[in-house]
Amino acid sequence: MKEIVIISGKGGTGKTSITASFAILAGSEAVIADCDVDAADMHLLMQPVIKKSVDFYSGVIALIDENKCTNCGICADICRFNAIPLVDNQHTVKDLDCEGCGYCAKVCPEKAITMYEQNVGDWFISQTKIENTLVHAKLGIGAENSGKLVAKVKKEANQIAEKEDKEYIIVDGSPGIGCPVVSSLSGANYAVLVTEPSMSGLHDLKRVYELVKKFNIKAGCIINKSDINLDMTNKVIQFLKEESITHISSLPYDESFTKAMTVGETIVEYDHSELKDLLVKSWEIVKLEVN
Amino acid sequence: MKIAIASGKGGTGKTTLSTNLAAFFADKNQVVLADLDVEEPNSGLFITGKTEQIDVKYKMIPEWNEDTCTLCGKCQENCNFHAVIRLGSQILVFPELCHSCYACSELCPTNSLPMVKQRMGELKHIKSGKIDFIESRLDIGQEQAVPLIGQTIHYIESKFPKKTLKIFDAPPGTSCPVIEATKDVDFVILVTEPTPFGLHDLKLAVDTMVELGKPHAVVINRYGIGNNDVVDYCVENNIPILAKIPNSRKLAELYSKGELVYKELPEFKEELQKIETYILNLEIE
Repeated sequence: MKEIVIISGKGGTGKTSITASFAILAGSEAVIADCDVDAADMHLLMQPVIKKSVDFYSGVIALIDENKCTNCGICADICRFNAIPLVDNQHTVKDLDCEGCGYCAKVCPEKAITMYEQNVGDWFISQTKIENTLVHAKLGIGAENSGKLVAKVKKEANQIAEKEDKEYIIVDGSPGIGCPVVSSLSGANYAVLVTEPSMSGLHDLKRVYELVKKFNIKAGCIINKSDINLDMTNKVIQFLKEESITHISSLPYDESFTKAMTVGETIVEYDHSELKDLLVKSWEIVKLEVN
Repeated sequence: MKIAIASGKGGTGKTTLSTNLAAFFADKNQVVLADLDVEEPNSGLFITGKTEQIDVKYKMIPEWNEDTCTLCGKCQENCNFHAVIRLGSQILVFPELCHSCYACSELCPTNSLPMVKQRMGELKHIKSGKIDFIESRLDIGQEQAVPLIGQTIHYIESKFPKKTLKIFDAPPGTSCPVIEATKDVDFVILVTEPTPFGLHDLKLAVDTMVELGKPHAVVINRYGIGNNDVVDYCVENNIPILAKIPNSRKLAELYSKGELVYKELPEFKEELQKIETYILNLEIE
């Protein structure tokens, strides 16, 4: 069983559209995990039927019992997150600022502060329109611990893949280089980097690849919208050569990406010409690379 | 006045809008532009100028002092993030898990875990005509963007008068980095595109701003592709649409070269004018 993670550094490069195409091409060989829990969009293309839905609790948050509180202010003094301001003469926890460290609860002389578990989202096991399994999640608004929710989604996907003896786990990662991305990469066998030939695309590709290198994960790259700026495409290819990253494919700028999405289809379902062929070939190359 | 340019979905044009809006505004007035997408900062690719200041930014983490430690294990008990662990006759600190709450350090009976600085990234202040451009970038391998975003905002507030217009290029998504970048602003512009992904992530972003109690409006980028669902959603929910930036391959090409686009594309400039007029008429204390 091999875990393939699709990431991009920069958002909007076509990561999810490409991941969903791979999910269709892999069919019953793969379990799919949508780890872009902040802005999970894969379900819009895979039209899953939810089979199981579970609340996700992670971390704690402070709550002040106003009957016991004497407003001595010790909690507010020690809180490094300024999360316990005086509101109408009563120290009150601002939920979005509380990090859940519990320091306040430990020093409160009146024992007026309790830490309670926080529901930070939900995760789901679903069956997609082609009847493979999608594990996905929805992070609560402003929630912390997105990295932990990513880890949970991946763990569930792994267990299912193992039990059902699947060849692949295909993971849609999130943009950036922070905790959810670190969590997506952890334990992966191969990283597909999706980029576009722009200054921003190359800049972000370099940064996210630095992170991939730290994990010692083999990587390949798909250059989307490659005909937007041929000069920049050459610079991206040059970078791939220098770093020995496999150049999986170059895809043209094509509004089929948007048109397919608008009717809730992946590109390989919608398009029947060059773009589909390129994605089929890309998936074949990824399979060769990972095995 | 502080305006954040945010979006649920990545790649909708936050940086294009932030940089061009700042430059457009700076044709006449002083403006501060801050790139708070510290994981993948891109605004700096479009703004060149004279470096005013470079600051290394640190977060505070505990450092074990073996000589005074009695191995009582209180630090491990007091850390909710498993960042301090007693292993045999050693105390191990995991900096990437540490939230700098100081509990282990200040509650240690023998003061054996003093807090020390650890580098997390770098802030750069560049002057380009009437634009003061501030960019912070997180070091690769650092997982927490929030403290660096917070320190960057603090730098800006200590440097510039309240009335100067400040444009924050926010990170994508709806989780803690976005909250940190938007929680103290006066107004939020949500950039989206008229596609199912754009709409889905816009709804999440709107829910987040409602939760934060932030006044907000929408700019639709790549207008003309996809469908009309984003417009319908905004109308139904009384969310003002400040501008519709037409879908244009030319814009994508200019962007790819790291160029500002408004001077080349009159139709884009017109949309910026609408946004500027709206911002300047906002009644904000």
